[in-house]
Amino acid sequence: MANDVWVVVEHESGQPKKISLELLGRAGQLALALGGKAVAFVPGRDVSAVARALGPYGADIVYTAQDPLLEPYTADAQTQVVGEALRKEQPTLVLIGSTAQGRDYAPRLAARLGAAIVTDCASLEVDNSSLVATRPMYTRKAIGTVMYASEGIRIAVVLPAVYPVPQADPKRTAEVRAMRIPLDAKQIRTKVHEVQAIKRETVPLTEADVIVSGGRGLRGPENFALLDALAKALGAAVGSSRPPVDSGWVPHDYEIGQTGKTVSPQVYLACGISGAPQHLAGMSGSKHIVAINKDPNAPIFQLADLGIVGDLFEILPKLTEAVKKAKGGNRD
Amino acid sequence: MNIVVCVKQVPDTEAPIRIKPDGSGIDEMGLNLVMNYYDEHATEAGLRLKEQFGGTVTLIAAGPERTKEALRTGLAMGADEAMLITGPGLEQSDHLGMARVLAAAIKALPHDLVICGKLSTDDNASIVGPALAELLGLPQATAIAHLEVDASATTALVHREVEGGVEILEVPLPALLTVERSLNEPRYPSLPGIMKAKRKEIKTSTSTDQKVAASSRLTKLVPPPKRQAGRVIEADADKAVAEIVAFLKNDAKVL
Ligand SMILES: Cc1cc2nc3c(=O)[nH]c(=O)nc-3n(C[C@H](O)[C@H](O)[C@H](O)COP(=O)(O)OP(=O)(O)OC[C@H]3O[C@@H](n4cnc5c(N)ncnc54)[C@H](O)[C@@H]3O)c2cc1C
Ligand SMILES: Nc1ncnc2c1ncn2[C@@H]1O[C@H](COP(=O)(O)O)[C@@H](O)[C@H]1O
Repeated sequence: MANDVWVVVEHESGQPKKISLELLGRAGQLALALGGKAVAFVPGRDVSAVARALGPYGADIVYTAQDPLLEPYTADAQTQVVGEALRKEQPTLVLIGSTAQGRDYAPRLAARLGAAIVTDCASLEVDNSSLVATRPMYTRKAIGTVMYASEGIRIAVVLPAVYPVPQADPKRTAEVRAMRIPLDAKQIRTKVHEVQAIKRETVPLTEADVIVSGGRGLRGPENFALLDALAKALGAAVGSSRPPVDSGWVPHDYEIGQTGKTVSPQVYLACGISGAPQHLAGMSGSKHIVAINKDPNAPIFQLADLGIVGDLFEILPKLTEAVKKAKGGNRD
Repeated sequence: MNIVVCVKQVPDTEAPIRIKPDGSGIDEMGLNLVMNYYDEHATEAGLRLKEQFGGTVTLIAAGPERTKEALRTGLAMGADEAMLITGPGLEQSDHLGMARVLAAAIKALPHDLVICGKLSTDDNASIVGPALAELLGLPQATAIAHLEVDASATTALVHREVEGGVEILEVPLPALLTVERSLNEPRYPSLPGIMKAKRKEIKTSTSTDQKVAASSRLTKLVPPPKRQAGRVIEADADKAVAEIVAFLKNDAKVL
């Protein structure tokens, strides 16, 4: 049993995803506290570029497990490969991002290994040599503290944007070791027909430092263009409350809240959103909240750091121009 | 087609919860307990497949005696059978332990599909579904937003939302699915359905699993940190824009 802390790295087009870098930063700190190493585990078809990118972000060791059967992602292949690697190396803690992939395979992996698992961790600390996580519960009406049992491998599925991406140190390199884990096509029972990209010009919600979000106050699908333009200028993602989803103005994956996504960006800009408890359930963990609403009594103002009572149709276009100007001109 | 739907009883999300003063959990006095709403979507998915292919929908829940109420909701929607697993060990169980108890019961039932909710609205864990798939040795698809089973009932075609896209996945049956709310619109129980559900026997069994001992445990529950209201400004658009830009620059430091 090694005191190492692993991160199972997610990547896309030869780049580690932001969440994996966040976790690597935290893994470094926890490994220090536990007296082990920060280890990045990178499964995929050809991951050499990803593997090289991880040293500067704090990995001491990078394990790669390459197999064409690992792409596209399936729960079967991922569980098999990560499971075998963990069985072999027995780290004390494994960090997995709370993403569509992580939420899919991490519980399966835990069941296979009989490992303790805590999902949607909003913090992870070593407290007197015990490992303790906090997580939102009861649709964010409460925060739970969960203590892991001390034996065996422990799995933490960690929310995006709770830990910062560490400062890259270009001089730092990690030892890269290739792991050979046999994988049989017959073990992969599901078949991915395709992954249809939802065409978006903006960043995915879970990767964004800034989210601009629209509610029923936007009045129709065409007006989401106002948010798109602002998001593009800010390098932000676009989200929504539930009514725009229910009315079919935006796809379901825009939805933030109790039945949608939980986000915690640096800035959440709520436009034409009243601030119902079910919406707050998804965004009240944001670092900074700005709200634009024409109703001075909108409940969203009770938690906004900056509340603007005004008409979003007047403000948004001007705001986009001002942001472009502040960023040094329109670059596209 | 034999369909098993896993159902959990949870506090109604519409109502506030009261956290016990010692932080050990929530106060259940006067709490309205309902079927986890993702499980309503799971039940609906099961009922639609039954309408298409014939067969049975069996509901299964692990929990205290009161959980029967949630099962009756599902029976009233049209499920054929309901089973409750109780047991002294369940209280201390974590989600993996719960999955183990459910797996043991489901193994004894014919099942072409096992359907769970994407998550429970009390624990918000999203663990039981995929863990159950592993313990039953079934392929899985989680948080699905679309479901079609082919005419010969051998594979399911599902859509699941992933970051920036939709994954279209073919899963051979038997399989385990967990469902997203956008999958369907759950039906309301009909009056005759409610009457029938009242009379229906709910089979109860006691879990003898000695290994439900938890590998993680909730030690404290607190309300989320209260956010302070900040400044609220009523101004013309230009002033408002200036305020937001200044905030983004100076406070949030993203500009
Ligand atoms: C079980 C359940 C789960 C739910 N889950 C979610 C969830 O996950 N996410 C979610 O968001 N909701 C959820 N809801 C719905 C939630 O209760 C609210 O109905 C919803 O959040 C309201 O969305 P809204 O703020 O966009 O609309 P409204 O409450 O209608 O608010 C619109 C706001 O826009 C403002 N406005 C209008 N015009 C303008 C203008 N020109 N300029 C500026 N402001 C303007 C209005 O003053 C108003 O405050 C759920 C509900 C239930 C029952
Ligand atoms: N005690 C239980 N009894 C039956 N099904 C459960 C139980 N707990 C969880 N489930 C199922 O697993 C899903 C996810 O729950 P959770 O892992 O707690 O978020 C639920 O939507 C149910 O379908």
